[in-house]
Amino acid sequence: MTKLTYREAVRAALRKALRDDPRVFLMGEDVGGYGGAFAVSHGLLKEFGPERIRDTPLSESAFVGAGIGAALGGMRPIVEIMTVNFSLLAMDQIVNNAAALRHMSGGQFNVPMVVRVATGGGRQMAAQHSHSLEVWYAHIPGIKVLTPATVPDAYGMLLAALQESDPVFIFEHATLYPLEGELDEAAAEQMDISRAAVVRPGSDVTLITYGGTLGKTIQAADQLREMGIQAEVLDLRTLRPLDARTILTSVAKTHRAVIVDEAWRSGSFAAEISARIMEDAFDSLDAPVARVCSAEVPMPYAKHLEAAALPQTDEIVRAAQEMVPHHG
Amino acid sequence: MSATATSERPPVDREHWLFLLREMLRIRRFEEKAAEMYSLGKIHGFLHLYIGEEATGVGAMQAFAPGDAIVATYREHGQALVRGIPARVLMAEMFGKATGCSRGHGGSMHFFDASRRFYGGYAIVGGGLPIAVGLALADKMQNRSNLTACYFGDGAVAEGEFHESLNLAALWKLPVVFLCENNLYAMGTALEHHQAQTNISAKAGAYGLPSNAVDGMDVLAVEAAAKQAAESVRTGNGPFLLELRTYRFRAHSMSDPDLYRPKGEIEEWRKRDPIALFEARLQQLGLLSPADLAKLEADVGAEIDDAVRFAEESPWEPADKLLDNVYGPAKP
Repeated sequence: MTKLTYREAVRAALRKALRDDPRVFLMGEDVGGYGGAFAVSHGLLKEFGPERIRDTPLSESAFVGAGIGAALGGMRPIVEIMTVNFSLLAMDQIVNNAAALRHMSGGQFNVPMVVRVATGGGRQMAAQHSHSLEVWYAHIPGIKVLTPATVPDAYGMLLAALQESDPVFIFEHATLYPLEGELDEAAAEQMDISRAAVVRPGSDVTLITYGGTLGKTIQAADQLREMGIQAEVLDLRTLRPLDARTILTSVAKTHRAVIVDEAWRSGSFAAEISARIMEDAFDSLDAPVARVCSAEVPMPYAKHLEAAALPQTDEIVRAAQEMVPHHG
Repeated sequence: MSATATSERPPVDREHWLFLLREMLRIRRFEEKAAEMYSLGKIHGFLHLYIGEEATGVGAMQAFAPGDAIVATYREHGQALVRGIPARVLMAEMFGKATGCSRGHGGSMHFFDASRRFYGGYAIVGGGLPIAVGLALADKMQNRSNLTACYFGDGAVAEGEFHESLNLAALWKLPVVFLCENNLYAMGTALEHHQAQTNISAKAGAYGLPSNAVDGMDVLAVEAAAKQAAESVRTGNGPFLLELRTYRFRAHSMSDPDLYRPKGEIEEWRKRDPIALFEARLQQLGLLSPADLAKLEADVGAEIDDAVRFAEESPWEPADKLLDNVYGPAKP
């Protein structure tokens, strides 16, 4: 067991991957000399050199596309997109090429590329640096979408992604980088990324979340427990392919679900989860599924306005209270 | 050897020249048949014909070795044929059959062949360029001496991906030959209406890579220029931009009524038909008799007829395989 931050866990996984497999290299904006915009790759340039820790121009489409080409050519690129907002400049390569190549080539080609993307709000970065667009990527067949919310997942999911033969997007919520946690490296190296995690068992209501809102959701579960409500907390971990079974099993037990998602409500991943529950667990529900999402507004800068826009613990508590009888 | 051969011309090589003519004819007849099959409802979706541009596809491909990677566009039938993908496999792909080069999943715009390092068929203009950069990066990082040939049209030059890719390839000195098949129209918009600087090869200067522009209706000129470009790249000088100035005789696609080209322009360019020009040249040099040409046409015709028969008789991909090849197994 080692105690380290989420940032250090990603870095440790990068270092292990770079050491273990000569095909692996990291490229992106300021990953080398600068050490990464979030200091994730700090020190790696010195250790692995500029061939394998490649600073790129501010050309998202070209370097994501180059990642696709390098993967086609036998490498195992890890592409860092500094923030999700910049990923929009590479959407053509992601949607039209990375996701489609295996299928449209009749299975002849595949793209074993890992793309790491910092995501999310909560740092007063305002309207162009605070998005939660995981759902856009999770919409696309042909790519996989991982959202590590813990230190072990930050480490293990990156290594597992490198074992995949398809493009994998890893969304790292930027508020998680300083998060501390315990890492059992050997265990994390064997982790199964196909399953959602039951983080807190409970019997009265299922709180479903992923990524940056896991912490708030656990806090809400703690507060609910003090009120006598046993909330089960699910961390989805992987949005695509989705582990629906774990969700349905939990809802069959609790009969109630609150989905917490930092994205805007309309067309959110929470909407997809809600639909899945309605389709496959309608008869087990004792209350309509509730969603706690961000307000439908471009993210404001001022701290109190941003806080008002983002999902907060008290909203999660209230949503759960309202659907559980004899409480609240 | 011949009085009409200029000093820039390579020495007469009858066998090779007849091969070039044959390759151009294969493309022409294949495309004519594809148009016919489209009209008969055998081919659907978009169909972008290469007729008029045969010299660029045939000439340039002579510079590339089997180990080199090819990246093309949605107008890629010519390159695919010259690269050696059998006509029958390409026709079957356009028919949507399981025997097609992409199992009927790609169609006219998405030809792929792993065994020939033919990396597709990209239908988003400019979208193939970054992939070519990455293929070249992979070759360089693995110390392989291959290059990547990346075809695109003049329309792609207006895309950010053109500029990003040329810069990145030049910055990292990657072995890419960028081949711009300039047919003067980005779909229906004329070059002078979409480019402030219409001299495309000049744009290479902004990124510090060598470039050249050549008459794309002259197969020998294209071949010579492409070999020069490939040689420059193979000697480690980084990428090269080669502009091939050509013209398409047919509309942009089968659904294009072709209302935007001035009257007479197509007829003017038809006078420089790359196949007719080359045939005349070979005849002038006494290298091609009427009987030779008839034999060539008959051989090509038989190949195209076989392609249609094969496509017609081939099975459909079973619909229960619909979801195959969206994801593959883990642990590559």
